[in-house]
Amino acid sequence: MLATYLPILVFILLATGLAGGIIVASLLVAPRAPDKEKLSPYECGFEPFDDARRKFDIRFYLVAILFIIFDLEVAFLFPWAVSLNTTGVAGLLSMLMFLGVLTIGFVYEWKKGALEWH
Amino acid sequence: MFDTPFWISYGLPVVHSGLWSLVIILPLLVAVALLTYVERKVLSAVHLRRGPNVVGPFGLFQPLADGLKMLTKETIIPTNANRLLFLFAPILTFVLSLIAWAVIPFDQGVVLADINVGLLYFFAISSLSVYGIIIAGWASNSKYAFLGALRSAAQMVSYEVSIGFVLVSVLLSVGSLNLSDIVMAQKNLWFVVPHFPLLIIFFVSMLAETKRTPFDLPEGESELVAGYFVEYSALTFGLFFLAEYANLILMSALTAILFLGGWLPPLNIEPFTWVPGPIWLALKTSLFLLLFILVRAAVPRYRYDQLMRLGWKVFLPFSLIWLVGTAIVLVVMGWLPALPAS
Amino acid sequence: MGEFAKRHQSPWPIIVCFALNFSKVVALLSPIDFLFYLFAGFTLAAGVGVITARNPVYSVFFLIAAFLNAAALFLLAGAEFLAFILIIVYLGAVAVLFLFVVMMLDINLATVRAGFVRYLPIAAVVGGIFAAQLIIMLLIWQQSETPPTLNALGNSPMNQPNNVYALGRVLYTDYFVAFQTAGIILLIAMIGAIVLTLRPRAGIKTQVISQQVSRKSSQSVRLVDLKLGQTHPTTAATAPTEPQEGSA
Repeated sequence: MLATYLPILVFILLATGLAGGIIVASLLVAPRAPDKEKLSPYECGFEPFDDARRKFDIRFYLVAILFIIFDLEVAFLFPWAVSLNTTGVAGLLSMLMFLGVLTIGFVYEWKKGALEWH
Repeated sequence: MFDTPFWISYGLPVVHSGLWSLVIILPLLVAVALLTYVERKVLSAVHLRRGPNVVGPFGLFQPLADGLKMLTKETIIPTNANRLLFLFAPILTFVLSLIAWAVIPFDQGVVLADINVGLLYFFAISSLSVYGIIIAGWASNSKYAFLGALRSAAQMVSYEVSIGFVLVSVLLSVGSLNLSDIVMAQKNLWFVVPHFPLLIIFFVSMLAETKRTPFDLPEGESELVAGYFVEYSALTFGLFFLAEYANLILMSALTAILFLGGWLPPLNIEPFTWVPGPIWLALKTSLFLLLFILVRAAVPRYRYDQLMRLGWKVFLPFSLIWLVGTAIVLVVMGWLPALPAS
Repeated sequence: MGEFAKRHQSPWPIIVCFALNFSKVVALLSPIDFLFYLFAGFTLAAGVGVITARNPVYSVFFLIAAFLNAAALFLLAGAEFLAFILIIVYLGAVAVLFLFVVMMLDINLATVRAGFVRYLPIAAVVGGIFAAQLIIMLLIWQQSETPPTLNALGNSPMNQPNNVYALGRVLYTDYFVAFQTAGIILLIAMIGAIVLTLRPRAGIKTQVISQQVSRKSSQSVRLVDLKLGQTHPTTAATAPTEPQEGSA
C-alpha cells in the first residue's frame, strides 16, 4: 500500500522544486530597482495609513465553524458510502438518523438567520 | 527487503516516478499555456474582436511571450509584507494545483499513483488550496489583498461542503474511492445520466472553487483590484496564474472522470474504440474547459450574499437530499455495487 | 536562532557527531522505521515550535506542520482514511479557523505571555493526565503478547480489502451509539456556535426577491400634475429619495 504513495512524494518534491526554481529564476533574471513608492502596499491614490490586518465581521468565523461541522459530516459519509453493501439497511438507517440529527441543526441555523449574508 | 541493495529497491522507483511526474507536469504546463491562448481567442470571438494575433502564426506564441515578459519583470515585495510567507504563498498554490494530477487516471492502468483513496486525496488537496490564498492575503499586508483573501476563504469553504456531498453520491454508486474504479463503474452507463443534477452542482461549485466568473468576487477587479494577489508581480504572480489555469484543467478532468466516464469512449463499438483513451479524456476535459470560458463570457458577477445563499441554501440541501435519495434507491433496489476487488 | 546560540554553547559538535553517526543509525533501520522516526521527529519539532514561536501566526503554521506529519504517520500505520481525514478536517477546516482567529484578531502577545504563570498549574494537570495516558498505553502495549508493529498494522486482515471499507463495516452498526453520539456532539457544536456568535444587528437591509418581483407599477409609480417651478409637497419632504430597498 505504501508503495503507491511514493510517486506522490516524488511528485510533491518535483513540483516544489519547479515552483522554487521559477521564482529564483525570476529573481536572478529580472532587474531589481526598489524604491519607497514601489514597495508601498497598493492603495487607491493615497498613502496607506494603518495596518491592513484588522478585525472583521464575525460571520466569517461563523462560516468557518459551520464548515468544520459539515466537513466532519462529509468525513463520516465516506466510509459509509464505501461499505453500504455490507452494512445494508442497518447502515442506511443508522446514517439517516445521524443526518436527521444534523438536519435539525441545519434547520435551526436557517431559521436563526445564520445563513443570511447582509 | 535487504536482499537487493537499498539504492536499487528504493532508488529505481523514485527515478521512475520522477520521470513519470515530468511526463505529467510538462504537457500540463503546455496545456495551461494553450488554455490561456484559447480562452483569449474564444472570449474575443464572443466580443467580436480578434484576440491575440501578432506573436507567431494566429498569435499562437502569445503565452510564450507573456511568460517571457513576466520572467523579465521585477519581483516586488512590499515593505510591510512578511517576506517568507509572501514568497511561500504562490509556491504553495502552484504545488497544490499540480500534485492532484498524481491520482488522475489517463487510461486503464495509466496513472502515476494508483492509491485506494484517490477521491479523498483530491478532496484533501482541494481543501488545502485555501491556504495559498489566506497566506497571500495576510502576508501582503494590504487592505485589498486582505479583503480578497477573506472573501475567497469563506467562498471556497462554503462550496467545499456541497462538493463533498456530490463526491459521496458518486461514491455510493461506485463503492470505491479509487478513481480508476470510478471510471470503470461507468462502463455501461455514464453517471451523467442518473446524476445529472449533481453534474450541474459540481460544475458550478468548481466555478466557485476556482474563483471564476460569476464567482470571481475575491478578485473583483472593479472593487478589489485583483484581491489577494494585488501585491504580486512578475513570476510570483505568474505562479498564481499558472495555478489557476492548472486547477481549471484539473477540475474539468475530474468532472469528466466522475460524470462522463473518463477515458471510456461514448459507445463501446468499433469507430469509437479506435481512438485511444487519453484522447477521449482530453476531449471531455476540453468540453468543460470550453464551458468555463463561455460562462466567463456570458455571466455577470454574483453579489456576495447571492453567492452565500446559493452555496448554503440551495446546493447544500439539494445535494444532501440527492445523496440520501441515492442511498435509499440503491439499498431498496439492491443495486449497490459489489465489494471492491483488492 | 541567534538566541539559541547565545543561550547554549556551540551546538555544532553535537550536530557534527550526530551527522557522522547518522548513516550508521539509518542503516540499522528498515525504511519504514526510518520514515517513522523522520516524521515523528518532525511532529515533535513542530509541536515545540507551536509553543515557542513568538508570532502566533507562525504557531499556527507549526501546528499545520505537526498535523501534516501526523497524517504521514497515520499513512505509515496503514490508516489511509484517518490520514486524509486529518488533512481534510484539521488542516482544511480547523486550522483555517485558527488562522482566521489568529491573523485577524491581532492577538496581543504581551497579554498572552502574562497569563503563562497563572495558567501553569492547570496546564500541568492537563499535561500530566496526557502523560499518564501515554504511559498506560505504553505499558499495555508492552504487556500484550503480540505487540503490533508498524509493518503489520497496514497489512493486517482487519484492514482488508482497504482501510476505508474496514472502518465503514463496523462504525455504523457495531459502534452505533458512539456514532450517534458524535452526531449529537456536532449538533450541539452547531447550535453553540450560532448562539455564541450570532447577534442581531439593527438597520440591515435584505433583499426579498419575491417582493421585488411581485412589485407592480401601480404601487410604485403615480402621475402628478406639476406646474412649472412648483415642487410637489410630498416629494419635497422626502427628497433626496433614498434608494429602494434591495436595489443595492
